[in-house]
Amino acid sequence: MKHVILVGNGMTSFKLCEKLRKLSGDIRITVYGEEIRPAYDRVHLSEYFAGKTADDLLMAPRGWYHEQGITLHTGELVTEIDRTNKTIRTHHGITDHYDYLVLATGSGAFVPPLDGVALDGVFVYRTIEDLNQIIEYGQRCRTAAVLGGGLLGLEAAKALVDLNLEAHVVEFAPRLMPRQLDEAGATILAHKLTQIGITIHTGKATKRIAGEDRITGLEFADGTALPVEMLVISAGIRPRDEVAKACGLAVHARGGIQVDDYLRTTDEHIFAIGEAAIHNNMIYGLVAPGYDMADVVARQLTGDLSKKFMGFDMSTKLKLLGVDVGSFGDPFGETPGSIPIAFQDRCNGVYKRINISADRKHLLGGILVGDASQYNIFHQMVVNKIPLPAQPETLIIGVPGKEDEGAGVKSLPDTAQICSCENITKGDLICQIKDKGARTIDDLKKTTKACTGCGGCTPLVNDVLKMTLESLGVVVKKTLCEHFAFTRQDLYDIIKVEGIRTYDALLDKHGIGDGCEICKPAVASLLASIWNEVIAEQATIQDTNDRFLANIQRGGTYSVVPRIAGGEITPKKLMAIGRIAEKYNLYTKITGGQRIDMFGAQVHELPLIWEELIQEGFESGHAYGKSLRTIKSCVGSTWCRFGVQDSVSFAVFIENRYKGLRAPHKFKGAVSGCIRECAEAQSKDFGIIATEKGWNLYVCGNGGARPQHAKLLVTDVDTDTCVRLIDRFLMYYIKTADPLTRTATWLNKMEGGLEHLRQVVVEDSLGIGAMLEKEMKELMANYECEWKKVVETPALRAQYRHFVNDDASDDTLSFVDLRGQKMPADWNRK
Amino acid sequence: MESTNDLTTYTSPNSTDVAHWYRAARATDFPENGGACVKYGDKQIAVFNFSRRAEWYACQNLCPHKMQMVLARGIIGTTAGEAKVACPFHKKTFSLHTGQCLNAEEESITVYPVKVVDGFVYIGFTA
Ligand code: SRM
Ligand SMILES: Cc1cc2nc3c(=O)[nH]c(=O)nc-3n(C[C@H](O)[C@H](O)[C@H](O)COP(=O)(O)OP(=O)(O)OC[C@H]3O[C@@H](n4cnc5c(N)ncnc54)[C@H](O)[C@@H]3O)c2cc1C
Ligand code: SF4
Ligand code: FES
Repeated sequence: MKHVILVGNGMTSFKLCEKLRKLSGDIRITVYGEEIRPAYDRVHLSEYFAGKTADDLLMAPRGWYHEQGITLHTGELVTEIDRTNKTIRTHHGITDHYDYLVLATGSGAFVPPLDGVALDGVFVYRTIEDLNQIIEYGQRCRTAAVLGGGLLGLEAAKALVDLNLEAHVVEFAPRLMPRQLDEAGATILAHKLTQIGITIHTGKATKRIAGEDRITGLEFADGTALPVEMLVISAGIRPRDEVAKACGLAVHARGGIQVDDYLRTTDEHIFAIGEAAIHNNMIYGLVAPGYDMADVVARQLTGDLSKKFMGFDMSTKLKLLGVDVGSFGDPFGETPGSIPIAFQDRCNGVYKRINISADRKHLLGGILVGDASQYNIFHQMVVNKIPLPAQPETLIIGVPGKEDEGAGVKSLPDTAQICSCENITKGDLICQIKDKGARTIDDLKKTTKACTGCGGCTPLVNDVLKMTLESLGVVVKKTLCEHFAFTRQDLYDIIKVEGIRTYDALLDKHGIGDGCEICKPAVASLLASIWNEVIAEQATIQDTNDRFLANIQRGGTYSVVPRIAGGEITPKKLMAIGRIAEKYNLYTKITGGQRIDMFGAQVHELPLIWEELIQEGFESGHAYGKSLRTIKSCVGSTWCRFGVQDSVSFAVFIENRYKGLRAPHKFKGAVSGCIRECAEAQSKDFGIIATEKGWNLYVCGNGGARPQHAKLLVTDVDTDTCVRLIDRFLMYYIKTADPLTRTATWLNKMEGGLEHLRQVVVEDSLGIGAMLEKEMKELMANYECEWKKVVETPALRAQYRHFVNDDASDDTLSFVDLRGQKMPADWNRK
Repeated sequence: MESTNDLTTYTSPNSTDVAHWYRAARATDFPENGGACVKYGDKQIAVFNFSRRAEWYACQNLCPHKMQMVLARGIIGTTAGEAKVACPFHKKTFSLHTGQCLNAEEESITVYPVKVVDGFVYIGFTA
């Protein structure tokens, strides 16, 4: 059997293993990696700061290599290649014979030859070990700088901010991300970064790193200095070509192992892929081209010479939360004759630039700062040479919020690459859907691996799926799942009209098969919305959170969130929470919803804790339900010198009115006492803002992953009208929205949009206003605190134990200390 | 619906290898169409009372995705007739017949034979 040795176990090496195994089981594969861990996701390395563990980042656990029959040696640096005898040798002295060798050695950080680079406190940003050192050292510092204002440098700077350090970025060029952005784009980016606490120093040539043993600052060529206690160098990458060079393979003067279109080095038995390789004078510091290289090599090793590496596009997106930056194709318009069109909104910090071809027919490239939502589609337009609309400027100054779902992908040719990590084209996806019967995103993920890398392509993949299914006539109806050929709205009507009260009854009468994790909770939510009966009685059709009336956490413990309507609480109740939390050793935190969450309760403790809370006058806060969460309030006219209405009292009233009300998704509200809007009402499903004359009512806002401002429904209405309109609004939402659709998304999909909603809710154009109000009253009349019910009902209470056959608690739970409270231990114990 | 207590045996693929039937708990201790966790020495076994199909299933309680002891709290159901459980954490689903992960590439879980005799649930172990 042919023996292939891979040197390096990084991202592209892993991809090659995967592809080789997919194509043939008939090759012996051995991997030697220098790092102590199997390959991990370097692209998402920075998420290590946000709580991802080293195990979370693994491309595959160690067991995977074993299962695939791949021999993996970690902690083994290959130091010698003997090309005559076709053997390699590691620093521990292992020697091994290969038929083919693949160098996937990646790159290292380029460290400029400055005085002081060896001082304590100077780091690079490439491996998990680097990050561990940065985190450790960072604990003893207050200030830190990043040398280099490129893509990685900015990511590193954000990580420093996350470590609570005062962060600086020092860039030699006159602007940030000089290889991706122009002056205008970089200026807006710099402004955004300043807002998240990063100080930017551009046009600074660093002369020296100052310090005796440890770094104390940077000195610049212009005579100025910056005192810092720590430095992360991110000044570019240097391909790891040292073993290749030592065995006489051709390497580029600037670094990089020379390869041809087949990724062959100057020795036909040795390939190089990923960041270690230089192809056509280009080093690709991105993962997608590396994966493409792996694909070419995998094919060749299994006898398919049809695919060559054709170069790759260097479009990139910055991955900083809240700082949207994308640069694609030819960002600077360097193509002869190209015409730039730019749009700049300094007030909102948005800059968009597109470069179109001299004949105005094609998009060549561009820059997006502040709003990169069009990045994917623009990138596709460039790569696939999609014809431009007659007025190309409409691409960047088009009416926001009016984009037609899926229209973008329709115009793409089948060769359009949709998932760049796995190199999946639109045609590949369509083929899976049309010929292989894929029907869901999950199907596509499984068969093509699209969306499984960075996940950035998921919206486009979804659009392709939707579009193709529609073309097949498959989704004439949006059915719930294989067990119910109805939409949620159909089922709502069926349940209501036929008076159905249990899931089994509905399944018997209108479904097929035995149900699943999609239809059970969806029907559970409908039953709850329609009858508002205690959901604990049909526990096993509920999602976990609803089944145990608490949110499940890492490790399998639960949280306890009592209702604190409007955020108002008496000192006595505060003390009660404190006492109970202390008694059960719960981690406590003030939530973003103005109340208190107690985390870490074991399942058998839940009824005990709630029993005590109920005794103190608390009720369930429904933090687990697809139901009303909180009505946030500001202090309003009772105390605030600007307040024009009593916002707290109104918030408390509203929260108590809708508590426990089940809906297609959770919903939230807020009441602000004046236009200063301290309760952030315009980010809620419904928001109320006091005016001199009454209240302004806003609807369909939300935070979350795709924030959207609420829209003004009516102005200056009195309290009763306001409440009546909210009743109608919520009831209409409950009756007509798809499962798991927040009000904002519901509105976005509604034909006629806000105007239609206003017609129905305010003008009562459908004549259903009175009915909606009546139905709301009936639901409210059925309200009962579900925790009280559980605590008082032995049969329900009995469900709250970890084992059926033993009173022991789950001994696999383990906690560690976090600033004097507990927290679950690392969750991946593989 | 048929009373599950009358069910005598449910035979799973490898129940012939069973060396020891462990008497876990009363059948009525398990919620209908749902699961509960059984302690067997150091092991945690998820046992499901699929009363709609008059079937019982057992598998490891540990979800291989993030190594969480939670499968017993998952929703059960079928896909194309095959019984499955969905992990409550990230909804990876596993066949209750073969233990195979059905909607992702997770490791398979171990499934155990179950039988109900005289109202008691027994789980079969090979050792
Ligand atoms: C505890 C809390 C974070 C905190 O420490 O502050 C929290 C915690 C969770 N949030 Fe949240 N969210 C919390 C405020 C928010 C807010 C801020 C707010 O309400 O003002 C938002 C954005 C505002 C919004 O919803 O429009 C928010 C947007 C989300 C989303 C995204 C929703 C969306 O439409 O995009 C989810 C996911 C979901 O619901 O599907 C989510 C889901 C979750 C879940 C329930 C995830 C889960 O299923 O385990 C978390 C459960 C924690 C637990 O175990 O109790 N959480 N979450 C906050 C609880 C508020 C409360 O008192 O009930
Ligand atoms: C913080 C950060 C963020 C990034 N963000 C993005 C992004 O958003 N988008 C993007 O496309 N790319 C991004 N990248 C780049 C991406 O991670 C790389 O392009 C990709 O990892 C390259 O894969 P590789 O296999 O060539 O190299 P690597 O993943 O670096 O793997 C090479 C491995 O080989 C080992 N090795 C080297 N020499 C030897 C030897 N002689 N013997 C044994 N082992 C050896 C190394 O230790 C290393 O483990 C980012 C990189 C970093 C550091
Ligand atoms: S779901 Fe909410 S609470 Fe949980 S990590 Fe995400 S943002 Fe934080
Ligand atoms: S822990 Fe089970 S699916 Fe993630």
